[in-house]
Amino acid sequence: MGAWVMAGVTFREAARKKLLLMALMAGLAFIALFSTGLHFQQKDLYARQMGPLIVQEAARAFIMMGLYAVDILAVVMTALTSVDTLSGEIASGTIQAVATKPVSRRQILLGKWLGFVGMMTVYMALMVGGVVVVAYWISGLTPRHLMLGASLIWLECVLLLNLVLFFGTTFSTLTNGVLALGLHGLAFLGGWIEQVGAALHSTRAVTVGIVASIIMPSESLWRRAAFEMQSPLVGALNISPFSNASVPSKVMIGYAGLYMLAFLGLAARRFSRRDL
Amino acid sequence: MNHSSDKLAIETRRLRKVFGQKVAVEGLTLEVRRSEIFGFLGPNGAGKSTSVKMLLGLVVPTAGEARVLGQPVGDVEVRRRIGFLPEHFRFYDWLTAEELLGVHGRLYGMAHGLLRERIPELLELVGLGEHRRQRLREFSKGMLQRIGLAQALLNQPELVILDEPTSGLDPGGRRLVRDIIKAQRERGCTVLLNSHLLGEVEVTCDRVAFIKHGRVLESRRLDAAAGETRVRLRARNLGSETLAGLERWATEVSSNGERFTLTVRSADTLPELARYLIERGADLYELMPEKKSLEDLFLEIVGTEGGL
Repeated sequence: MGAWVMAGVTFREAARKKLLLMALMAGLAFIALFSTGLHFQQKDLYARQMGPLIVQEAARAFIMMGLYAVDILAVVMTALTSVDTLSGEIASGTIQAVATKPVSRRQILLGKWLGFVGMMTVYMALMVGGVVVVAYWISGLTPRHLMLGASLIWLECVLLLNLVLFFGTTFSTLTNGVLALGLHGLAFLGGWIEQVGAALHSTRAVTVGIVASIIMPSESLWRRAAFEMQSPLVGALNISPFSNASVPSKVMIGYAGLYMLAFLGLAARRFSRRDL
Repeated sequence: MNHSSDKLAIETRRLRKVFGQKVAVEGLTLEVRRSEIFGFLGPNGAGKSTSVKMLLGLVVPTAGEARVLGQPVGDVEVRRRIGFLPEHFRFYDWLTAEELLGVHGRLYGMAHGLLRERIPELLELVGLGEHRRQRLREFSKGMLQRIGLAQALLNQPELVILDEPTSGLDPGGRRLVRDIIKAQRERGCTVLLNSHLLGEVEVTCDRVAFIKHGRVLESRRLDAAAGETRVRLRARNLGSETLAGLERWATEVSSNGERFTLTVRSADTLPELARYLIERGADLYELMPEKKSLEDLFLEIVGTEGGL
């Protein structure tokens, strides 16, 4: 019960601060840009009498690029909206009026989590949905395994949220943001090192990438999502930056899932025990 | 500790809190009876706020034990019966006064219908009726304190803990806090008042504890009869035998001609003392108890060195 009240407050805050509205406007601008780009790309390729296969593959690559942008945006939005929620309320003393109510700290945390997951889900559904609908309308194509891919992106955002909530129980808002996005940056770079290493058959570079993914598995969720959603031809030829030169294994996805749960558990534990 | 818990609202035994190297509360042993208005006094940094936070489960004690309304501290359910005003009340500033109380009411698990009744009542009580649709962002410090007070009374608690409730309030606001505390007493509610405004405490509290370095130095009743009282006496024809006989009531006697100053154990003994003097043939002109102000008591018990 207490958790739902806190989830409602979290949602209402986003609405009241016009966060949702602004995210929606930025999202609309994004979709407009994406559709304009795809439209002209398709038009120009047809004008140059390119074969349908090339035009189609170019569109698929463009869609993957759009989805990658959505992935990055969703991750950053998740971190930005939740980064202050614990540390800020602890610092201002706001949390004292909440934590002395007949609601356990776990419920408070769970409520906030539900609120942020809810908002992120709405945001992602609109953004992924926007890209997919516009892409279908312009090119007649839809990504393969869309739901699986979108779920993996969703998991990536939840993973980051859990990490931010955990850091928020201990660090200040700024430190929390630097840590969470810094770790995601590490994973991002690690992912590319692994990709390039695999393309060039450098096993040691691949190992570096895998180590980075173990430290922070967020980006490997995107890479698995990209693998699931990409064009089968591109996958087979191994020619796109989103291709499967080195696909995160199911074990890595399982590890990311455990990582995500572990940080939520740690956040609940730390928040329940700390002095407010 | 169980047997006494139905008479006690708060009981603590050697409650201790250490933050890193710093001992915030040394060992707090305290009993607050039900329906009592209890003042918690001490210099800044005496550990008052930390003690209150331990009672509310906000801060985990390093050692010792404590029960609130018969339940061990940290119990979630017992908070349904407690109201709390933090020292500097802050809340989501994008909420209106009305919405704030709605959120708090739902956190208490109160039914919607009950809240619809209680919220306007409470807003009127704390003088914010006209500002019910105003956002907290636009509230002054005093208004925030008032809405904080309303929030602490929302669930009609059995125990209200007020941490410096009058900070930021003008005289009218302070009067309001005093009246509200009195109304709680009539309801049979226990009030723990944490304050350094001695005048405030003097007029509202039944009993006070003086604390320093997180230890109770002394706790005492505040009504007129309680405690040692200094008495000014003017009398003639007081024989040395009669004077010596005063020791039955007085711990200290000094004289200056026909003027005497006595310290008696309790003001309750004064009628007896007067009768004694008259029976011994003394001419009694004046017998005046001098109640020590709380400030005198505070300085006597806690000392003049300020807290840090």
